[in-house]
Amino acid sequence: MTPEEQKAFEDKIYAFKGRKVCEATPAKDPVNATMIRHWAEAMGDTNPAYTNTEWAEKSARGKTIAPPAMLYVWNQQGITAASERASNAQSELVQLFNDYGFTGVLGTNVKQEYFKEAAPGDQVFMEMVIDNISERKNTARGAGYFHETVATFSNQSGEKLGTQSFRVLKFIPQDQPAAAAADDARLEVPTRIPSPRGHDNGWWWEAVDKGKVMIQRCSNCQTLRHPPRPMCGECQSMEWDSVESKLDGEVLSHTELHHPKIPGYQYPLVCAVIKLGEGTNIVSNVVGCEPSDVHIGMRVKGKVEQVDEKNMLPQFYPA
Amino acid sequence: MVANIKDKAVIAGVANTKFSKDSGVSELSLAAQAIKGACDDAGIHPSEIDGMATFTMDTNDEIEVARALGCGGLTFWGRSHYGGGAATGSLHQAVMAVSTGMAECVAVFRALNGRSGHRFSSGVSGAITTADAIHWGWYMPYGLLTPASWVAMFTQRWMKLTGISKDAFYEVAHATREYAVNNPNAAFYGRSFDRAEYDAARKIADPLQLFDCCQETDGGSAIIVTTPERARDMKKPGVAVRGIAQASAPDQEQMTSFYREEFAAIPEMEIAAKNVYEMSGLTPDDVDAAVIYDAFSPIVLWQIEAWNFCGFGESGDFVLDGALRPGGRLPCNTHGGQLSEAYIHGVNGIVEATRLVRGESLNQPKKNIEHALVTSGVGIPTGGAILGKLD
Repeated sequence: MTPEEQKAFEDKIYAFKGRKVCEATPAKDPVNATMIRHWAEAMGDTNPAYTNTEWAEKSARGKTIAPPAMLYVWNQQGITAASERASNAQSELVQLFNDYGFTGVLGTNVKQEYFKEAAPGDQVFMEMVIDNISERKNTARGAGYFHETVATFSNQSGEKLGTQSFRVLKFIPQDQPAAAAADDARLEVPTRIPSPRGHDNGWWWEAVDKGKVMIQRCSNCQTLRHPPRPMCGECQSMEWDSVESKLDGEVLSHTELHHPKIPGYQYPLVCAVIKLGEGTNIVSNVVGCEPSDVHIGMRVKGKVEQVDEKNMLPQFYPA
Repeated sequence: MVANIKDKAVIAGVANTKFSKDSGVSELSLAAQAIKGACDDAGIHPSEIDGMATFTMDTNDEIEVARALGCGGLTFWGRSHYGGGAATGSLHQAVMAVSTGMAECVAVFRALNGRSGHRFSSGVSGAITTADAIHWGWYMPYGLLTPASWVAMFTQRWMKLTGISKDAFYEVAHATREYAVNNPNAAFYGRSFDRAEYDAARKIADPLQLFDCCQETDGGSAIIVTTPERARDMKKPGVAVRGIAQASAPDQEQMTSFYREEFAAIPEMEIAAKNVYEMSGLTPDDVDAAVIYDAFSPIVLWQIEAWNFCGFGESGDFVLDGALRPGGRLPCNTHGGQLSEAYIHGVNGIVEATRLVRGESLNQPKKNIEHALVTSGVGIPTGGAILGKLD
């Protein structure tokens, strides 16, 4: 594209700024309990304010409400969108981008803001405008433009429920493996939170990285200690070595973690205090059985495993 | 040998700010409001304050608080560590300063945006750079990283050892909630609950469910501590500190003392209790009411045992007999506790214990409250105090 061609193209796309994609249009269905239940199940959201009518009747609201994040759900066209989508300012803009080679598409940001709750029976109206189109940007995906639509939602009484801004990058796909790889690397899957490593514990975690669980031992009085510390509490010696645990253990206590679910951890998740055959206690996970099967006194056998992309950890199985 | 500070320091004023889920103001503002309220309660001007005591976790610098309030200079400031373990720990600092003459009028405070700002329930994370990051590193990788999960680990084993069931947890939570129902500043003001609702609530970390867990609150609480002589000239009847103690026990960790011979125990609180009884010359029979730190319902039971209101494993029956209720043996957490009023790290508990001794609680028991116990959080280095009427 010459500078002149680019200027002519940009004049065309910037003309879309501020254009309405649609006037306030009612959703096909009113807000309803069925859709709320499907959504809550899919999202794993067990908040009774959304799905438990009996509970909700006794709550401050006196009724169930729709999860605020469902705001954008109600006005979706559904399966017919694939064949019957009417032309509008947004589809014209997308077509224009495509015609000039900006065929790549990447949703980059969604931001919702909530002003009022919606409850079953409410009718949701959506109005949408093309809010902004950026300057030409050179991204790792290729050269392109960000454009942003803003949808405003209201109810049957004309009260504003919330807004959603949606930003999309339209770009010329590049055949640049290096750039693409670098970009993909940024799409990191969350991992468990590793321990920081310092003077007193770094060696222990380095041994785990190599598949071993060590127990610190006082060189002077031979007392084992865990977690590692710089001095022996029995004889105050600072000399120590370590022995490798056989990872034969007994559960002293346990808890199944339900809430909050931390990104990077796989649930169901059971943590336990385990007494090792060598005599020291260690906190770890019990895996390889139903959480409800874990009990105090249970015999377990541990091994060091790669639990995610970044972490090696001891994990204990029913013995 | 236990130090003798009995009746050498007196609580002369107490106050809470409004408690909420979004204060809309700074933590400094909450601290200043709470202390000003406590000064008003005592009938003094902030310029009479010459010392301050708070938590290491509090974000408010004493000198900033002093400037905000117009206190003038200070001759004492001291902080107590270990989260909620500092509740009576900060009072402990004030009592030491006043009883030794290092200061005459100490403001104890704790102010936090615990809901709209940093929430404890979000857990510890790899981002922390404090000295105890290494300690948390023994638990974070396994997913054991919230206060509820640490307490759950103790609780599961303690239930197995004692045979105490969730019936007792429910009684603690329910008795506490019934008090909150009458407290307009409580999160659960006007909102009772029943066993079905308790059982149906979200699971947090087995065996703990939602209503076994405390609030997260924006708010502040403050206490004015002064000498008996000055307290007698102030507006309200003084409430003397009969005994106060801090304690950690061997092999103590913050919330994760899993390496003791028997870890389903709080030996640190047993030490604190023994020392407070010895210092005050009082026994459990002399304690008429209590504010027992209730970040989670089962920890109230452990403390009832640690303070010798009953023997080991007997706290279940103790509470199921109605001991914590208005007409019971030990009316407890009469403000609604941290389970149902607000989580101000236990300092709102000192406010309530003071009010119980003054006869000012919104849920004042019918019997005379000569002495009230107030405790700090457990699972960590902890403490407690017995308050009584100033002669």
